[in-house]
Order: sequence, then structure tokens, then C-alpha cells
Amino acid sequence: MSVVGGTTRATPRRRGVWVLNAVSAAAGLAAWWIYATTDPTVPTPPAVLDKAVELLGDGTLEADILASLRRVLIGFALGTGLAVPIGFLMGWYTVARGLIEPWVQFFRTIPPLAIIPLAIVLMGIGETPKLFVIFLAAFLACVIATFQGVVGVDRTLINAARVLGAPTRVIFARVVVPASTPFILVGMRVGLGSSWATLVAAELIAAQEGLGYRMQSAQLYYDLPTIFVGLISIGVLGLLMDRLLLLVERRATGWQERR
Amino acid sequence: MTTRISIRGVARTFPLQGKDFVALGDVSLDVADNEFVTIVGPSGCGKSTLLNIVAGLDHPTGGQALVGGQAVTGPGPDRGVIFQQFALFPWLTVRRNVEFGLRTAGVPRAERRRRAEHFIDLVGLTQFADALPKTLSGGMKQRCAIARAYAVDPSILLMDEPFGALDALTRVRLQEQLLDTWSREKRTVMFVTHDVDEAVFLANRVVVMAANPGRIVEVIDVDLPFPRTEEVRLGPDFSRLRNRVWSAVYHQPAQERKPS
Ligand SMILES: Nc1ncnc2c1ncn2[C@@H]1O[C@H](COP(=O)(O)OP(=O)(O)OP(=O)(O)O)[C@@H](O)[C@H]1O
Ligand SMILES: [Mg+2]
Repeated sequence: MSVVGGTTRATPRRRGVWVLNAVSAAAGLAAWWIYATTDPTVPTPPAVLDKAVELLGDGTLEADILASLRRVLIGFALGTGLAVPIGFLMGWYTVARGLIEPWVQFFRTIPPLAIIPLAIVLMGIGETPKLFVIFLAAFLACVIATFQGVVGVDRTLINAARVLGAPTRVIFARVVVPASTPFILVGMRVGLGSSWATLVAAELIAAQEGLGYRMQSAQLYYDLPTIFVGLISIGVLGLLMDRLLLLVERRATGWQERR
Repeated sequence: MTTRISIRGVARTFPLQGKDFVALGDVSLDVADNEFVTIVGPSGCGKSTLLNIVAGLDHPTGGQALVGGQAVTGPGPDRGVIFQQFALFPWLTVRRNVEFGLRTAGVPRAERRRRAEHFIDLVGLTQFADALPKTLSGGMKQRCAIARAYAVDPSILLMDEPFGALDALTRVRLQEQLLDTWSREKRTVMFVTHDVDEAVFLANRVVVMAANPGRIVEVIDVDLPFPRTEEVRLGPDFSRLRNRVWSAVYHQPAQERKPS
């Protein structure tokens, strides 16, 4: 949505969408509540809320959230931090592309979760294998997007820079990098999604804390409210982080013709 | 008059399905300093290819292009290029687009700003100096591209159907503005177009090309006075020249046309 042009027409429509969003969420909550009253194994929303307050009160939830966030953020930062330069290399140098692309394409077909057994054997059961699978998920999602962004940069823009006297180094920094930024940011959002998706499974590897671990141990005691609290926390945190990246994306790519 | 651009026996073939496709056969043309040459011809006759070779964005497979006596080996700031698709950097404002080449050349900030301002004024975009390209109309975008090309002070402007994507009215306005700019800041111009009227209106000389193989079939001097006003455009000399160019492009003299 453009800041300059889209405001007059988009605002009422957007408000309408917000109302629909709220109605839908309320309806979902109501459906859950009604269902929970008929099925005693499923906790009602107030029961889950009570559990959340309890877990917050004794600090468990905070510690779990912190542990999980820490893993996701480190894995995601390392993954995208490596993916961006590698993606640029692949997009810019044919040799690098030829050497790296088969590996990326191969590992992309393996779900990061399938790496877990190997990671445990090779890296033990500490933090390393957990971070590694999250890292891998973020890296694979982001590297492809960056690479495609670089390859897709409009030839005419590169020629325009060349005829203005820009050497390759300048063309890279001042044309290729900004032109592929929208792709990279989309890649980062997808990467973040994969990181979250991998988290819970990664925390099945002998974790001591974390949302995934908490849900796993709650399962042993049929503690459904705790599982619900864990699920909702993961959902809410994931949504918040995605919105944050979306905000960055809108800011950084507001120059685009149509969004 | 000194020769600025010298195209000597330039040929360009492209490999096409195992065979060589001759986009340019054997093209020779001299363009004088501060001359405005337009190039017309049917689609696919190699107009863009020729312009790109002079720009240094493409290489000839035979012959060579000389600029100021030096063989062209690549693009350079002595030759400004204006593309049909505008090719503005969409993430930069008008001012920063115009400053792009100056920054590349290491011109200090204050000087950069002053020069950019001058050329933004020249094309009438002063009010939009801080606007992003997406907020500009097609005509304004192309004016910005012209200012950007002018800003690095090239002795040559190479324009490949710069007004091709614009409506007829905007196109005529920009033609007048371009001539106005050119008369105040003289440059050697090679201007490619599909439009016979445009070719005649702008030029000192019209170069007519034909396809298969791409070649020059006729060079027509345009002795219309400058400034080219509406009177010139509507006058009998203009239509005489336009008819001549038209028939050279379509290889059939206008008077032989059957009345329908
Ligand atoms: N990179 C390329 N590879 C193969 N063939 C090419 C290439 N560039 C141009 N050609 C061919 O060379 C011929 C001349 O192309 P060019 O773009 O110079 O034509 P043009 O006169 O500019 O046409 P138009 O008026 O449609 O822009 C065309 O037949 C085109 O198919
Ligand atoms: Mg062309």
C-alpha cells in the first residue's frame, strides 16, 4: 500500500477488512468455547487463560518464551545473514552459481526436520543442533529469494548505470542491492516462518526449556491447557515478528510502483 | 565542422538457430559535432543495435564505431543514453536520479546539487525534485531521464525511441522541449524513432534504414529553420520532407499510391 497515493481510496476498505478480521477471530473463539463445553478433554478459553496467568506468575512462560525466541532469533539471524551474501554471490558470479546452486537445490528438497537425527549424531544434544536446524531453515528460504532477486534485476537499470559511468562495484552497491531488496525481504519473511516452524521440533532434542519443550512435557501429563498456551504463544509471537518484518518491508520498498 | 561520431562499416550478426542473423550489414555514417540526427526504419532493421554499439553496450562483429576519433570499447560518460523504458532508478528521487552519474564521478556534494538543480529546472521538474519516479507521469519520467543524461555533461546524447511509450500530445510537447533544451545546451544527438513526423521535426538529417540486412538506404537533409515552431510543423516544407521520408521508409513513392 503506497503512502502517497493509496490513502484516500484504501482507508475505508481497509477498515472494513479489520472489522471482518475481528469478527472472524471472535467467531473462532466462540466456536472453540462452545465445542469445549461439549468435550471435557478440551479446555475452555478461560481455563487456558488461567493457565497462562499461572505460568506467567511463576515465570515459566517468560523463561520459555525467552529461550525459544533466543533460538529462533539466533538461528534466523545466522541463516539470513549468510543467505544474503551467498545469494548475491550466486546471482552475480556465474562460477559461484554453478558451484553453490546444486547444494542449495538439493538441501532445499530435504525438510529441515529430517536433518535433526543427523544433527544430533554429529552435534550432540546441546544448543548447537537446535540452532543448526533453525539456521538451515532460514538460510534455505532466504538464499533462493536473494539469488532470484539479483538475477531478476532489470538489465536496463544496469545499462543505465553503466552509461552514467558506474563501474561494476558501484553498479552492485547502488543498483543491484537496492533493486533486489524487496526479494530479500520477502525471503526473510519466509525464512522467519520456516524458523518458527522448525522450532518446536528442534526443541524436542533434549531441551530444558522453551515453548516446544514445555508442550512436549505437558503432553506426558495430558496437560492440555499448557499445550494451548504454548501453541497460542508461538502463533502470537510468530505473527508479531512477521508484522514487524512486513513493516520494515513496506518502509524499505515504498518506492515500488505497485504494492 | 568536425566529425563527432564516425560509424565505419559496422556489422553485427547474431547467432540464430545455428545460422548467423545479420542485424546490421555494413553501416557507415558520420555525425558532425552538435548535429541532430534521427534514425527511422521499420521494426527490426537494427536501429537499437546501432545505437547500442555507439553507446558501447554492444559490440560490432565487423567494422568499428569511433567517438571523437577514438574507437568505442565500452560505455562512457561522454555518451549519455536515454532509453525507451525511462530506466529511472525507482528507489531514488528525481534529484538523486539526476545526481547519480555525478556521484559516480566523485563530484562534491554542493556542486552535484547545483548541477542537478540546473538540469531539473531545464526540463521543468523543479517542483518534483524530491518526488519518487512512481509518482511521475510517463512524460515527466522521461524528462527526468533526459536531465539525468545531461547532468554528466556528455558531448553525445543517444536516444532510443525515448518518446515511444507516450501519448501523441505529450510526445509533441516533449519534442518541442527537447529541441528547446538542445538549442540552449548543444549536443550531438542520435535519436531513434518509429515516427516519421518526429524524425523530420527534430532533425538536421534523417537517416532511413531498412531491414534484412539492416542497412542505411537514404540520408535526407532537413533544411527547416530553427526554432521549429508549430508553423514549421504545419508548413508545406515540413509535409514535403515528411512525404519523402515516409516513402523512403516504405519504399513506395507517395504519388504512386492507388486512391482507395
Ligand atoms: N541479443 C540479440 N540476439 C539475437 N538477435 C538479436 C539480438 N538483438 C537484436 N537482435 C535482432 O536484430 C534485429 C535488429 O534488432 P534491433 O533491436 O536493433 O531492431 P530495431 O530496429 O531497434 O527494432 P524496433 O524498432 O522494433 O526497436 C532484430 O531482428 C532482432 O531480432
Ligand atoms: Mg529498437
